[in-house]
Amino acid sequence: MQTVSSLLSPEWLERYKRISKLNIRSSIYDVTNRCNLRCIGCFFFSSDEHKAAPEETDIRKWEAFIDREKQRGVNLAILIGGEPTLCLDRMEAFYKRLSTFCATNGLIKVPRDRFPDMMLGISLWGDEQDEKILRGRDTFSISSRNYAGDPHVYYLYTITPRQLGKTERIVRKIRDAGLKVHMQLLSNDEGVNGFSWETAQLDAIRAEMDAILDAYPETVISSKYYHEIITTGTMMGRRFGWDECPSVTQPLDRRSPPPRRLIEFIRWASDLHTMHRCCTSETRDCGTCKDGAAHMSWVMVNKRAHIRTTRDLQNWIEVYEMFAKLYQFIPW
Amino acid sequence: MTRSSGIDDILLHVAEILVRELKLEDVTAETFDPEIDLVDEVGIDSMDLATVALVIRDEYAIRIDEDDYPKLTTVRLISEYIARKLKEKAAEGAPA
Ligand code: SF4
Ligand code: SF4
Repeated sequence: MQTVSSLLSPEWLERYKRISKLNIRSSIYDVTNRCNLRCIGCFFFSSDEHKAAPEETDIRKWEAFIDREKQRGVNLAILIGGEPTLCLDRMEAFYKRLSTFCATNGLIKVPRDRFPDMMLGISLWGDEQDEKILRGRDTFSISSRNYAGDPHVYYLYTITPRQLGKTERIVRKIRDAGLKVHMQLLSNDEGVNGFSWETAQLDAIRAEMDAILDAYPETVISSKYYHEIITTGTMMGRRFGWDECPSVTQPLDRRSPPPRRLIEFIRWASDLHTMHRCCTSETRDCGTCKDGAAHMSWVMVNKRAHIRTTRDLQNWIEVYEMFAKLYQFIPW
Repeated sequence: MTRSSGIDDILLHVAEILVRELKLEDVTAETFDPEIDLVDEVGIDSMDLATVALVIRDEYAIRIDEDDYPKLTTVRLISEYIARKLKEKAAEGAPA
């Protein structure tokens, strides 16, 4: 039987121990059904999830709900939407009770006196031109002004096939704004022309992401193994998809045999009763899903499979560290 | 199923459960080091522990509280936990 210490040097063993007992239990919350943008390709609106349930508007009900979530063992609340910053009182109810991360488009500045150290992930879909095509405006010019130099903010850069060869410029802009970046790939839920991935493009973007990580290690929060997994959709000869996905809402998960999965994970609609199938769109084809967090979690829940060779285990550690940094369980 | 509650038997059986349920390779119940740290060294996570806890519940008719998982980091600690629970159960069931 391979053991961790037989595979790792003392330095890697230290890194492993820093994360091995974190036991992160996340769930995802639609804070609102509304947004101040309507991006083409947004899974929330394209799949009509914004109509799945009416928003709960009584803040006391949110508070009681979050308390129940805590009792259920959740120790990381991931707030999405719609645009969560349209409902600061709901965000605050989470922030006061739980370790909280908020995904935002960055157009509304979160007041740091109310949320001093809450981690924000700002969505970015490419350069000025692509942002205008897909989101109707260049959000970066506003979000980077709102958050320049903020140590609790990173850009969640959703790379599209049209960004091939252009990603470095974006990463430099983010670095120059004193911020960090994490990368993922567009799933193109609305089938916009020119925004679906082909195999050769996936190979090319993997090489580009690797090069950027090497060139900007202080700015880019990523790992080459993660790049491999999201571009190939395979891990240790296994194919990502419905049978393997770890980010399925647990009470709705009837898969047999049960795959390795996030324990107690639920994605809640904003009525606080309805559950969505998974961390992303209910209508998305799992066969082409590129969801970055689901791929990351896929690696994380398959720890023992990586206790095989030194490189495999180091890969697992790097992906786990990346996740732990993005959600502030360990420092940058 | 009634199982022997002697600590050596429990140690061996817990190792058996781990090897079988978690499909551990290149190790048998007999060669499993009862002191090895299951989380730090074998890479067992809370999902694995939940799987093992279910089997233990069925085979020993005891419940392992989820809050206790973080303490159960070796085969010996799991076995001692089972032995303690079995003793408590026997005491509860004993005539006054
Ligand atoms: S900002 Fe986010 S929630 Fe709003 S439409 Fe765009 S992708 Fe969807
Ligand atoms: S769409 Fe993606 S995240 Fe959702 S269940 Fe399918 S593979 Fe998982």
